Amino acid sequence: MKFPVLILSLALPALSACSTQLERVKPYERGILAMPVMSNNLDPLQKAMTEHAYFSREASFGGGGVGGGGCGCN
Amino acid sequence: MKTLLTILTLACSTTFLPAADAAKEGQQVPKLAQLLPGASLPNMAGKVMLVDFWASWCGPCKASFPVLNRLQEKYAAKGLVIIGVGVDDDAAKYKEFAAKMGAKFSLAHDSDHKAAAFFNPPSMPTSYITDRKGVIRHVHTGFRGAKTEAEYVTEIEALLAEH
Repeated sequence: MKFPVLILSLALPALSACSTQLERVKPYERGILAMPVMSNNLDPLQKAMTEHAYFSREASFGGGGVGGGGCGCN
Repeated sequence: MKTLLTILTLACSTTFLPAADAAKEGQQVPKLAQLLPGASLPNMAGKVMLVDFWASWCGPCKASFPVLNRLQEKYAAKGLVIIGVGVDDDAAKYKEFAAKMGAKFSLAHDSDHKAAAFFNPPSMPTSYITDRKGVIRHVHTGFRGAKTEAEYVTEIEALLAEH
């Protein structure tokens, strides 16, 4: 067997196996994703407190925002 | 080697492509009884049909029910059939939502997503309006309140006038 053919015969099944990992969730299958427990903001108070603590701790890097630097005194 | 790479890239790119076979305008709808086995469907022969895909977890779907009820009341006698296809995985949630919304049109539970797989709705809700021959003439993705209702009325009246 020629070398390129060997590569092809090995690479094709290996790479096409990746495609099953990339299967997208259809719009009509998003029932579980739409559950309240999947929400990013399940407990607004806890989220606000966590963000405040993160911002204070990481203020020298700009906290949760995009800006850099800061006194860390918030 | 270059040809080999091209073949490899092409082969892989086709396997990664999502299935783009959503139902479109101009397409004939197969018999819904085949897609929704076990559902009690009304007689649809020679009638204008509105097939609406909904789910209990979808907010705009909830808003669309009163509009569909109004359309049913106004146009059912003139030859419109509305079928609401629920795509919930959980049969209990489907039943609970159906009971709460008080739909005046036919409902069917697409429990194994056979109908959803055929129509492949690009968003929730999506509705398909067919003419009297069963050909899809209009597709509505999403629901935008009064705007969508006005479009429904215009399209349905035009299709009902066709013979």
